[in-house]
Amino acid sequence: MTLLSVHNLTVRRGECPVVDNASFSIAQGECVGLIGPNGAGKTSLLRGALGLLPHGGRSTLSDLPARDRAAQAAWLPQTREIAWPMSVERVVALGRLPYLARGASLGTEDEKAVNAAMSRMGLTNFRTRIATQLSGGEQARVLIARTLAQETPLLLADEPIAGLDPAAQIATLEVFQTLAQEGRAVFTSLHDLSLAARYCTRLVVIHQGRIVADGPCDDVLTEDMLADVFRLRATIVPTPTGPLVQAMGVLT
Amino acid sequence: MKLFIALMVLTAAMFLASLFVGYAAISFPRGIAALFGQGNPLYVTIMQEIRLPRTLLAAMVGLSLGLAGAAMQGFLRNPLAEPGLIGVSGSAALGAVIALQTGFASLYLLALPVTALAFAALSVGLILILAGPRGSSLTLILAGIAISAFAAALTSLALNLSPNPYAASEIMFWMMGSVANRAMTHVWLALPIMALGWAALAGLGRGLDALTLGEDAAEAMGISLSRLRLQLLFGTAAAVGAATAVAGAVGFVGLVVPHLLRRFAQGRPSTLLWASALGGAAMVLAADLVTRLVLPERDLKLGVVMALIGAPLFLHLIYKTRREIA
Repeated sequence: MTLLSVHNLTVRRGECPVVDNASFSIAQGECVGLIGPNGAGKTSLLRGALGLLPHGGRSTLSDLPARDRAAQAAWLPQTREIAWPMSVERVVALGRLPYLARGASLGTEDEKAVNAAMSRMGLTNFRTRIATQLSGGEQARVLIARTLAQETPLLLADEPIAGLDPAAQIATLEVFQTLAQEGRAVFTSLHDLSLAARYCTRLVVIHQGRIVADGPCDDVLTEDMLADVFRLRATIVPTPTGPLVQAMGVLT
Repeated sequence: MKLFIALMVLTAAMFLASLFVGYAAISFPRGIAALFGQGNPLYVTIMQEIRLPRTLLAAMVGLSLGLAGAAMQGFLRNPLAEPGLIGVSGSAALGAVIALQTGFASLYLLALPVTALAFAALSVGLILILAGPRGSSLTLILAGIAISAFAAALTSLALNLSPNPYAASEIMFWMMGSVANRAMTHVWLALPIMALGWAALAGLGRGLDALTLGEDAAEAMGISLSRLRLQLLFGTAAAVGAATAVAGAVGFVGLVVPHLLRRFAQGRPSTLLWASALGGAAMVLAADLVTRLVLPERDLKLGVVMALIGAPLFLHLIYKTRREIA
């Protein structure tokens, strides 16, 4: 079943389109990686698809009323913000907010979702710690757990693994993989191409606002694409756990 | 829950103390009887027409400022925000000063607060025009600062042009803020407007909780930011505008109370809303008690005492939390 379909999405900054006629769809069971160099339009594409930016074209998420959209898709923004000194548990519980009536407290189902999200992100021992006093990487995991607690069919994440230690990066992507295997879907932007190839079921490449490639990792991740889009001289080394992108230098 | 009970007890205690502490010593049972119009007619007058409006106004003003402060800090995600930031209190004060300066205030009992309220409403209109109904929080703050500065300049101008030193000192004393010598008419004027403001601000809890994670995340969780902003603006304008209209400028409540209670509310903006409302009421009631107990013959002003209590408290908080802030 398709969870998100986007047709001719165009996001403009002033006159200049930062996302140009993008069309794609995401189905149940997929973990789709969005890759592209800095400034290619990854964040604008994600936010436009969610309806957080004014846009042309259609997106099934953007068409939904705000409350229904929050039940359909969770969004992890790139800027990690926890404004107040709240406990980890309370921050994660904010993910249940779209389902709570005004002034209602967490029910048993909400508690279950919060606990499941914390254990998925390995935060059970952090439960009562004050989130703002944790390290940047730990805060990032808390915020990912918050989106998981929202228990939506679709998760959109903007560079979720940036700034995480290698083990936490892999653990996070394994959680995304598991979500996909459970019949949900993940659409995430990321910069580590080898990890993208290993954990994503499909890659979407965006370059100067246009989607230039969309398909299985092996088809998309080629040395020519890396040279054209990323200006990277690289070799792709096949390994038993997936292709490894070995960057050799920058093309000028 | 414990926090709620503690704050309720504190506020109730301050409320009662405010009713029964004063120049005339009235025993508790006699005072209660007098509140309901029984017993010595002199006591009835003191309780019903002097102490009750004063106590009610102190509590209402404190509640408004505490609630609006917590809402403003939650919305801007900044512990330094305070309700005066959007220029409402400055504009209300300007209205009052103009009423005093022109002599309009002496025509009717309510001339001064009504003029102040009109100016508060005007400033909200101006903010909406300047920042736009969908403006970002930064434009909102900047517009507020500009309006505050303009109102302060015009207030100084009114002082500058005051016809005689007597009028100037009347204006000065009014601006220091006080709930003394107010009648129940002031309560009835301010209460419905404040109540509208309280209702608008109390409904912000969900949105402010979501905003903890930033504007983008909050919007993706189904919170309409433009609606939240409008509700905050109208709520603050009604509550703080009415408070300034009847009591003059009382600073520091909206800044210090949320800061003081944040730890006990475990950082949650929605909990902090009502906690600050109760805490603000207790604090203004306490400050008003101080004006009556310390140098009662010199008529200390509420705003002065509030700043004298608030500023050192704030310094202490900064000293204690400097490691967390750094």
